[in-house]
Amino acid sequence: MSTSLRSLLTAGALAASALASGVSAAETVKVGVLHSLSGTMAISETSLRDILLFTFDEINAKGGVLGKKIEPVVVDGASNWPLFAEKAKQLLEQDKVAVTFGCWTSVSRKSVLPVFEKNNGLLFYPVQYEGEEESQNVAYTAEAVNQQATPAVDYYLAEGKKKFYLLGSDYVYPQTTNLVLLEYLLSKGVKLENIGGGFRKDGSGKIISAGKYTPFGHTDYQQIVAEIKQFAASGDACVISTLNGDTNVPFFKEYAASGLTAETCPVVSFSISEDEFRGLPAKQLVGQLGCWTYFQSIDTPANKKFVADFQAWLKKSNVPGLVKEGRVTCSPMVLSYVGVYLWKAAVEKAGSFDVDKVRAAYKSGLSFDGPGGKVTTQKNMHVTKNVYIGETKADGQFKIVKSFNNVYGEPWLKGKFK
Amino acid sequence: MSAATVRRIEWIAVAVIAFALIVLVPLLHANGAISNFWISVFGKWLCYALLAISVDLLWGYTGLLSLGQALFFTLGGYMHGMYLMRMIGELGQYKKPIPDFLVFLGWERLPAFWEPFASFPFALTMVFVVPGVIAYLFGFLAFRSRIKGVYFSILTQALTYAASIMFFRNNLLLGGNNGFTDFKFILGYKLNEPGTIRGLYLATAVTLLLVFLFCRWLSKTKFGLVQQAIRDGENRVLFSGYATAHFKLFIFVVAALIAAVGGALYTPQVGIINPGEMQADKSLEAVVWVAVGGRGTLLGPIVGAISINALKSWATTAYPDLWLIILGGLFILVVLFLPGGIVSIPARLKALAQKLRAKPEAAAPAKP
Repeated sequence: MSTSLRSLLTAGALAASALASGVSAAETVKVGVLHSLSGTMAISETSLRDILLFTFDEINAKGGVLGKKIEPVVVDGASNWPLFAEKAKQLLEQDKVAVTFGCWTSVSRKSVLPVFEKNNGLLFYPVQYEGEEESQNVAYTAEAVNQQATPAVDYYLAEGKKKFYLLGSDYVYPQTTNLVLLEYLLSKGVKLENIGGGFRKDGSGKIISAGKYTPFGHTDYQQIVAEIKQFAASGDACVISTLNGDTNVPFFKEYAASGLTAETCPVVSFSISEDEFRGLPAKQLVGQLGCWTYFQSIDTPANKKFVADFQAWLKKSNVPGLVKEGRVTCSPMVLSYVGVYLWKAAVEKAGSFDVDKVRAAYKSGLSFDGPGGKVTTQKNMHVTKNVYIGETKADGQFKIVKSFNNVYGEPWLKGKFK
Repeated sequence: MSAATVRRIEWIAVAVIAFALIVLVPLLHANGAISNFWISVFGKWLCYALLAISVDLLWGYTGLLSLGQALFFTLGGYMHGMYLMRMIGELGQYKKPIPDFLVFLGWERLPAFWEPFASFPFALTMVFVVPGVIAYLFGFLAFRSRIKGVYFSILTQALTYAASIMFFRNNLLLGGNNGFTDFKFILGYKLNEPGTIRGLYLATAVTLLLVFLFCRWLSKTKFGLVQQAIRDGENRVLFSGYATAHFKLFIFVVAALIAAVGGALYTPQVGIINPGEMQADKSLEAVVWVAVGGRGTLLGPIVGAISINALKSWATTAYPDLWLIILGGLFILVVLFLPGGIVSIPARLKALAQKLRAKPEAAAPAKP
């Protein structure tokens, strides 16, 4: 009886110690990757999955994070917003990932936000967005409106432009950006009648929407381009475009056909990066502007090494479905890359993967020298980074014409410029 | 096997499935064997099953291939979503008493049509009224003009496409592209509590059972027989003196209401409703569920919706790059080799077994 009890106890102790050693022997840390790998957003988001896997391999080759190798859990949001919420729940509740990198569209972020807040997860979000949000569960490495739109206006003002035409796809990012730009332009002394695209007012006469909006997938830009042509007749006008995705093709086709050029009336687009030129004809956009916190053409050793390393990784990687030819790097990709390193720095500073500790470390102002220059985290979960303005070239790359260093990321801009 | 035995077996199958869904799953969730994550996923699948039944009621039973059923599903979701948005109160990003997207659009007071949605009974009524009226108007015009076949399908597709463009517009004041999200409370209960999640699941499972029983009953009535006769030969029914347009209109509205209830249950369980749900591909997906499950049966759409969505949930994690190919391949296989869908497998196996048994007898006389 007593021997059997003792053996039982020994067995129990053995099991316990095995369990304990099992925990310490777990040498990986699970990290979620939540992007659309199918559906309409796949063309953009697959590139972010690729750069994340590249970054994980790069970090793992140098010993991982806190001695643990990163084990990516890749899931497909399939461009389906409710599925994003389901996948986020799965990553946090089933897989118990330490951190998630993901989302592109604002609506996908809004869809997963309650899930991250409920489970106290941490999401790194890398794509330019409209601001007006500051969740403790999201690290916004993305460009805020004042890291993309307002610097572009500053550039135009310095170039002597006096008239601004606002044009965008009808959803929350363009709508908010244009309302902020309206306030910014007025604060810079631009007259209301020199802001094109039209306004909508509420009952009391307050402007609640500025600019011209077209639905997703819109193809007929004849009338709008005619309006821009008239608007630009004085020769000191420019267009600020927040048109998204495919609609850029018919717009720029019509724009070129009407005789408007980058000289007579330049267009700055906030949604077209190097990666988009894999699907868009760059020829019609030559000379038009882009504004991001990174361009592949940045001429620094750090960026050259980054681009070369990524190309080398693409060659030898065996990730299924990976496109290996004609790949470029762009701002959302670099912000994903930077996000992983900032998370790594925060984990190492905290000495733990615990979200609360990592967040506290993240807010303390960590820096990372990325391909686009130095990036520093802020208390408000956003990051300070450099902003560049570039001219489109025929090969789909950008020639950098202006840079702004260390721009603070400010999500709350409405009502700020008076 | 007599028809009565077949019917008994079918009823046993239904009873077993209903017991598992309505009693077993909630019990397992209550004692922790099924996680919050899985029960909300099950709930979502059952909502899709309601949508699939509504497609099948039209396609499988009346011969009307509607490619726009997701419109009514989404409208139901929006009507319930408006109530849920009002229940957020001042807990949104801006800490204002009106929904966040209205604050961002510059509104300081609630637009008038949002006011009554703070009442749950009102929102629930609207879940039926709005999709019902739209289905009635569309159906009245379409069936009175004797629009049939592929033209009817194209029109329903156009209707949902037009509606999605309208809902994408921010100045409709229904949240534009982002739709509604970040819900907090329903009927005073916190939405992320396990009890609430279970309650919503249970409500969905019971609704599905009631809808199933209703459709089952309907298909056996004289009305149901006329309905199926319309599918098989509308002109004959017409010449026999039945006003087929009225029958079709009635079933079109009923199907819309079933889809709307599915949508209303869907919104709180997935936590978001936006115009993406009424885009054309969503309605097509529902048609695929019905085809794979087995059209013209009532169990088929339920089986199809659950199995395809389970496959989707699994494949988008296990093989994120391949899942569209898996789905497409499965659809082609079913269309080519299993036109009756998954639910026809038992009958096919039985037929095969009979054939095999019959063969030796057929071969026997050849022997000397």
